[in-house]
Amino acid sequence: MNDVLLWLNDPQNWTGTRVTPGIVAQATAHLAYTAVALSIAGVIAFPLGLVLGHTGRASWLVSVANGLRALPTVGLLILLYVMVSPLISGRGDAVYLVPTEIALVLLALPAILANTYAGVRNVSPDARDAARGMGMTGRQVLFRVELPNALPLVFSGLRSAALQVIATATIAAYVGLGGLGRYVYDGLASRDFGQMAGGAVLVAALALLVDLALSLLQRATVSRGVSGRFSRRSTRDSRSAAVTVVRPEPPRGGPDGGRSPRQATTPAAALTPSGDHPSG
Amino acid sequence: MIRFDAVSKAYPDGTVAVDELSLTAPSGQITVLVGPSGCGKTTSLRMVNRMVEPTSGTITIDDRDVTSVPATELRRSIGYVIQHAGLFPHRTVVDNVATVPMLTGTGRRQARRRAIELMELVGLPASFADRYPAQLSGGQQQRVGVARALASDPPVMLMDEPFSAVDPVVRDQLQQEFLRLQGELGKTILFVTHDIDEAIRLGDRVAVLAVGGRLAQVAAPADLLATPADPFVAEFVGRDRGYRALGFISAEVAVAAEPTVTLGSPVARAHDVAVDDWVLVVDDGGLPQGWLHLRAHPDGGPGPAPGDVVTPGLLNLGGTLSPIGGTLREALDAALSSPSGRGVVVDEGGRLVGSVRAGTVLEHLHAATADPSAQVRP
Amino acid sequence: MNSENGSAPWDVFGYFADHRAEVLDLLWAHTWLSVLPVVIGLLVAFPIGWLARRYRWAYAPVVSVSGLLYTIPSLALFVVMPTLLGTQILDPVNVVAALTIYTIALLVRVVADGLAAVPEDAVQAATAMGFTRLQRLRTVELPLAVPVIAAGLRVAMVANVSLVAIAATIGIPQLGQLFITGFQLSVTGPYYPPIVLGIVLSVALALLLDRSIVLGARLITPWQRATAAR
Repeated sequence: MNDVLLWLNDPQNWTGTRVTPGIVAQATAHLAYTAVALSIAGVIAFPLGLVLGHTGRASWLVSVANGLRALPTVGLLILLYVMVSPLISGRGDAVYLVPTEIALVLLALPAILANTYAGVRNVSPDARDAARGMGMTGRQVLFRVELPNALPLVFSGLRSAALQVIATATIAAYVGLGGLGRYVYDGLASRDFGQMAGGAVLVAALALLVDLALSLLQRATVSRGVSGRFSRRSTRDSRSAAVTVVRPEPPRGGPDGGRSPRQATTPAAALTPSGDHPSG
Repeated sequence: MIRFDAVSKAYPDGTVAVDELSLTAPSGQITVLVGPSGCGKTTSLRMVNRMVEPTSGTITIDDRDVTSVPATELRRSIGYVIQHAGLFPHRTVVDNVATVPMLTGTGRRQARRRAIELMELVGLPASFADRYPAQLSGGQQQRVGVARALASDPPVMLMDEPFSAVDPVVRDQLQQEFLRLQGELGKTILFVTHDIDEAIRLGDRVAVLAVGGRLAQVAAPADLLATPADPFVAEFVGRDRGYRALGFISAEVAVAAEPTVTLGSPVARAHDVAVDDWVLVVDDGGLPQGWLHLRAHPDGGPGPAPGDVVTPGLLNLGGTLSPIGGTLREALDAALSSPSGRGVVVDEGGRLVGSVRAGTVLEHLHAATADPSAQVRP
Repeated sequence: MNSENGSAPWDVFGYFADHRAEVLDLLWAHTWLSVLPVVIGLLVAFPIGWLARRYRWAYAPVVSVSGLLYTIPSLALFVVMPTLLGTQILDPVNVVAALTIYTIALLVRVVADGLAAVPEDAVQAATAMGFTRLQRLRTVELPLAVPVIAAGLRVAMVANVSLVAIAATIGIPQLGQLFITGFQLSVTGPYYPPIVLGIVLSVALALLLDRSIVLGARLITPWQRATAAR
C-alpha cells in the first residue's frame, strides 16, 4: 500500500521525463483512445439502433451484435492485433493503435446498438400511436417522441460501452499500446508493485470519472418526466377527484444511470451479458 | 360529417376486420361505434385518420375523400384521443397539449397560452401546466389527452375508448363533463367503446357492430333499446334494457305531498304526521336527511321514545333522490330504494318537493308508452 | 510463417491434438475460476439483497455501491487484490476474489429486484395463511424470484468466463494463456491456432455454463415451463 502511495506521490511520475511519458500524458492518451473508439462505434451503432428500433426491422442484426459480447475481450484484442498489425508497416504507434482501435470499436458496438434499439422499442405504444395519430411524420415520431424517451437506455448503453472500452484499452497496453495500462504491465515486468497497483488505481479513477461525466450529461439531457426526478412539492398538492398520484417507476436501471442486467433485453438475449460487462 | 361508403378492411391472412361498412356520422353529433372485441370498431375509427388504410370503399369528411390530402396533414386536422391517453412522458402537460399547434407552426408562446386555456376547459387547473404525465392520475391524464386533441380546434374528433381505463367514479365524472363540453363545442365526434351503457349515455346515434365487422344496427339510443334489429343486438344491449329504456322517458309523474319533521324536533311530533310509521326528516333548509321509523331503530332494537328528539343517528339513509322533471328511471329507482316505499322528489336545489310511489310511476309509464310524444332525450 | 510442430496456420484441431493435456488443464482452470466466484457471490449477495429489499432505505446505497464497484476495470481489480489480501501477484485467489466482488455487486441488486418482482398477491396470501417470514421466503418469495435471479446469474457467469481470460496477461494460467501463447508465437508472423482455439473454447464454455443455469432454473421452477419460450 505504501509503495502505491509513494509512486502516486512522486511528481516526476506525473510529469514524466524526457524518455518516458508521465501520468498526465498517459491518461490523456487513454482518454483519446476511448473517445475515438466510442465516437466511431457511436456513429455506426446509434443511427442504426434508432432506425432498427423505429422500423422494428432486421432485429437479427441486434442479436448478431449481442453475440459479439460472448467473445473473450483479450482473445479478440490479440486476434485482431495478430491479424492487422502485419498489414501496417512501421509507422510508429499505428502498429498498436489501429488493431486495438478496431477491437475497441467492436466491443463498444453491441452495447450502444442493443440499448438504442431496446430504448426505441420500449417507448410506450400508446405514445407512439398518439404521435402518429396527431399527424407527426415518421421522422418527427422518431426524433420528438421515441428518441427523448429512449435516452435513459441509450445513455446506459453508452456508459457501459465507455467502461468496456476504458477497461480493454488498459489491457491493450499488453500488446504495446500506450495509456494507463502501461504502468500495470511495466510495473509487473520490472517487479515494481507500487507502479503496477498505482496504475490500477489510476485506471479505476479514470473509469469512475468518465462514468460520472456521462451521468451528468445524462442528467442534463433526459427529461425529468422520463427520469422521474420531479420536485416532491408539486406532486403532493395534486388535487381533484382521483388523487392517486402515480409515482412512476424509476427509469429502467434506476438512479445510478442504471446498468441493470435485465434492461435492454433484446429478442435474442440468450448469451448476452446485456448492458454491463466489467470487461477488460 | 364523416361518411363511410362500403368500407372494408381485410388483412393478408384473410381476417376481415370491417365488412362493407356504410355509415354516416352527422356533423355536430356524437356517433358511437359499439360492439364486442373483434368487431372492427377500432379499425373503423382508425381508417378515418388513415392510421389503417381500407382495402376498399371510401371515407369522406364533409364530402372530401380522406385520401385526397397527405396522411399527416389529414391527421393534424382531426382530434385523436386514445384509451391510455398516450401522453408523451418527456413533455410537460402544457407541451403535450400544445403538440399539434407546434407541429403546424404556431409559435411556442401562443401555443402554450392556448394550451392553458384548453386545460381549464377540460377541468385541469393551470397549476398542472408544468407537471409531467407521470405525476398525474389516470383520469387527469385522460383530461390532458382530450385537451391535446382539441388544441388545434379540429371540427372532427376520433375517440377510441377514452374513458375505459379509469375507475367507474372517475369515468362517470369524465362522461358528464364530456357531454357538457360537447354541448359547448358541438364537434363531429366518432366514439368507440365496448360498453353499451357508455354508448347509450353519450351517443346521439349508436352503431352496433358484430364480430367480423358487420354493422348490425344504427339508431338513437332509445330506439336501440326499444326495438333491437336482431337477436345479436338484443343480446348485446342486455337484459336490463327495459329498465334502462326508462331513462329516456321523462317523468311528469304526479308528486304527492310528503309530511315531514325537521331535525331536532320532538319525536312526538313525528307521531302526529307519520304514514305507515315512516316520517321523512328534513333539515332547516328543506333538504331531505333520511327516514325515521317510529317503532324500530335503524341498528335494530326499539324505536325512539316519544319524549326523544329527532337526531341523525335515528335515521335510515336508504333511498335515492329523484330530481323533479327527471326520467322515469330515476323516479322508479327512488321509489324502489326508499325504505317507506315512497320515492323522494327534490328540486334543482335539492329541496323536498314531494314523493312518488312505484305504482304511480308504472301507471304513468303505461300512459306514456301509449303516447310516443312523451319520449325525450335526457 | 511460424508453424510449430509442422501444423498449418489455421489448424486448430492439429494444435489441440498436439497440446491436448495442457489445453484441458487450462480449460479446467478456466472453469473453476469462472464458476467459483458465481457460487460464492450468490451466497453472499442473497442475504444482502434480501436486506436491501426488506429495509427500503438500504436499497439506494446498496445499488450505488454496487454500481461503483462495477465501473472498476477488472485488470485494475486483479492487480490491486494482492495489496488488499496480502496474496502473491500470481495467486489465483486474486482472480476469484475480484470476480466475486463483481458477482456480488451484480447479484445484490438482482436479488433485491427479483424479490420485489414477486407478485404482492402471493406474498399477502402466504401471510394470510399464517406462514412465518422464513417459511414465506423459502416457499413463496424465493421460488418466484428464481427466474429473475437466474437471469442475473447468467449475466455474471458469461461475464466471468470472458473476464477470467484477462488474468493471463498478468501470468495466471487458464484459457487466456492460449491467447498469450499465440501472441508470443506471432512475433515473426501471424500464428492463429492457439488464439482461435482459446476463443472457441471460451465461447463454448460460456454457452455451456449459461445453458446449465437455464436448465437448472427450469428444473426448480416447473411452473415456468408452461410459458418458457426457449
